[in-house]
Amino acid sequence: MTTFEYAPAPESVRPHLRERYGLFIDGAWQAAQDGRTFETIDPATEARLAEIAYASAADVDRAVRAARKGYEKYWRKLKPADRAKYIFRIARAITERGRELAVLETMDGGTPIKESRDFDIPTAAAHFFYYAGWADKLEWAMRAGRTPEPLGVCGAIVPWNFPLLMAAWKIAPALACGNTVVLKPAETTPLTALALAQIVQEADLPPGVVNVIPGDGATGAALVEHGGCDKIAFTGSTEVGKTIARRLAGSGTRLTLELGGKAAHIVFADAPLDQAIEGVVNGIYFNQGHVCCAGSRLLVEERVHDEVVARLTERIATLRLGDPLDKNTDIGAINSRAQLEKIDELVRSGIADGAELVQQPCTLPERGFFFPASFFTGVQQSHRIAREEIFGPVLSILTFRTPDEAIEKANNTPYGLSAGIWTDTGSKNMWVAQALRAGVVWCNTFNQFDPASPFGGYRESGFGREGGVHGLYEYLAG
Amino acid sequence: MHRIMSTVPVDAVMLEARAAALAKRSIKNESKRVGIDLAIRCIDLTTLEGKDSEGRVRSLCAKAMTPQPSRPDTPSVATVCVYPNLVAVAKDALRGGSVRVASVATAFPSGLSSLEVKLADTAAAIAAGADEIDMVIDRGAFLSGNERKVFDEIVAVKALCGPVHLKVILETGELGTYANIRRASDLALAAGADVIKTSTGKVGTNATFPTALVMCEALRDFARRTGERRGLKVAGGVRTTKQALTYLVIVNETLGGAWLEPDFFRIGASSLLDDLLMQREKLATGRYAGADYIPKD
Repeated sequence: MTTFEYAPAPESVRPHLRERYGLFIDGAWQAAQDGRTFETIDPATEARLAEIAYASAADVDRAVRAARKGYEKYWRKLKPADRAKYIFRIARAITERGRELAVLETMDGGTPIKESRDFDIPTAAAHFFYYAGWADKLEWAMRAGRTPEPLGVCGAIVPWNFPLLMAAWKIAPALACGNTVVLKPAETTPLTALALAQIVQEADLPPGVVNVIPGDGATGAALVEHGGCDKIAFTGSTEVGKTIARRLAGSGTRLTLELGGKAAHIVFADAPLDQAIEGVVNGIYFNQGHVCCAGSRLLVEERVHDEVVARLTERIATLRLGDPLDKNTDIGAINSRAQLEKIDELVRSGIADGAELVQQPCTLPERGFFFPASFFTGVQQSHRIAREEIFGPVLSILTFRTPDEAIEKANNTPYGLSAGIWTDTGSKNMWVAQALRAGVVWCNTFNQFDPASPFGGYRESGFGREGGVHGLYEYLAG
Repeated sequence: MHRIMSTVPVDAVMLEARAAALAKRSIKNESKRVGIDLAIRCIDLTTLEGKDSEGRVRSLCAKAMTPQPSRPDTPSVATVCVYPNLVAVAKDALRGGSVRVASVATAFPSGLSSLEVKLADTAAAIAAGADEIDMVIDRGAFLSGNERKVFDEIVAVKALCGPVHLKVILETGELGTYANIRRASDLALAAGADVIKTSTGKVGTNATFPTALVMCEALRDFARRTGERRGLKVAGGVRTTKQALTYLVIVNETLGGAWLEPDFFRIGASSLLDDLLMQREKLATGRYAGADYIPKD
């Protein structure tokens, strides 16, 4: 028998990485007022990548003031078509430096290069292209008689799972609508946000229009509590989202929240099973499951349960876990040690609750944070692994007997971000989709994104929509 | 037929997405070296033109046995594939070597003749010495729902073939949907095909990655159900090393490494061999040789 092993295929592009990064405020690189810094590491090797200035409350204040000045002095006065030119410039620069940004994203966050290269970065660029096109056509987004007016200064707090893409989701519509932005990237993944700041600088945006202030939760809290923002856009955990909502209640500050999820992925017995398995694999193992809309609860019609489990077991054995920079890697590194510990804790709770764990057979690299592609069978609705967001490559498999039962179980969650349905019966696909309480329902596919398509949640998955014409309303008054 | 065979639904969007993802595998260095030699060993070096002559076939046979004389470690291809009339010539030209003779038959490429004619065609090829038969199915019968006819014809040809390896060409480019391709694959395997083959090379759409993938899924499920391994042949339009390597990846990740043998995987091609030899030379020397350094045939 021939062995057809894949030789290492490491991405050869090496990004230009600075030793130190400052804060990007008012169009210039600045040290933190108190000189504080933190390190960002490569989660696949635990090697230090760069030293980053840490923004504390005083720096947040500087950034918000710079954004206000940028808004009043330049951005709100600019002709919409000229705003579009700047945004197009950013889009083009992201495209031109796509490979370098992809490598940076992978090094800082652990996502496989094939995903950062083919999804994260192109989709980020696509958002800037899409919203650049809207900048001088906002009247057409409004109801008759309404005039589009910007809100002012927008604080954007983004997570570590899709760092540049989440920044793009917020910055692109904000700028198109005439707002200025203070972006707070996640503590573990500041590098592409800082690369974006470089792009903004080179694109010659007026000072203060985009500001980037790396830091941790305290920095984000300072931005929320500052009071100088007209709007806060947050993507992250439901817990933090609730805190922000409480802080801003009654303040008049606009808020959009894109929070956690525990999406039901429903596989009916009449589904195209081979493709459904691919959808399930994409749904839970894409980006190591660090996806808020991950299809993390698989609801399988009981009569095909064993077959689905057998096929999934075979399929995950072919997943390639390892160096995220290798072009053939399917499962990269877990974003941080803290996240790895959280995944581990929830997996142990699943075992303790009596569910059965299946994992891909593989050796984990000695260094770095890795977790094998995993799923649980015999999961009950009452188990923690059926209710809490694991945010890792761990799927919980439950069963149902009838469509009504599938719908009931799918909706029996405090979340409502996404859902998936697999059936070859078109009409069933449609009426089940209607019955699911989720912001996005994918039919015979999963994880499809387009800048023209709105995305957002129900209930504890948040409110407000990002993407499409709906995404504009979150950044417009009137 | 509907009673004995269930329909397996296939979703085109995700199937194509999966095939596209497999096509992005990066095959470098040692794995490329292994892949190129494997692809050469799996080639059915084919000439199926009205102008085929004895001279042309002898020349092709020489190349099939010794593709690159300057590099004696270059493997031979699996078979030379010709029309029935040229089987005897090929058999003679390949005497003493490992390369076998495959013949198309059953009123190739349309398959629109009576069963008697198809059987006579097959019998003639076998009598002339064919080691393998590439038959075509009656696509008109399949598409109009007369699956029994398709099934029975495969059974009859297989009975005639006996130990001679039978490849059944589905002509996937004429079947219209992946679900049809899956159903035709299941039907051919149930009827006794040793190998299911994508195309004749005579219609607009030949082998594609998603087509190969859905056929691999049929082979995998057949093996799971019966414990029996059958083979896949992709044919038509496979011209580059990159394409060939992607087919190896599709087989590897759907059926497993056990299928990566000439008994279970074939590529029907004519010009592919030249590109494989060129890439092989590049790996050996680090430089691309001009096309004229590869023997043409």
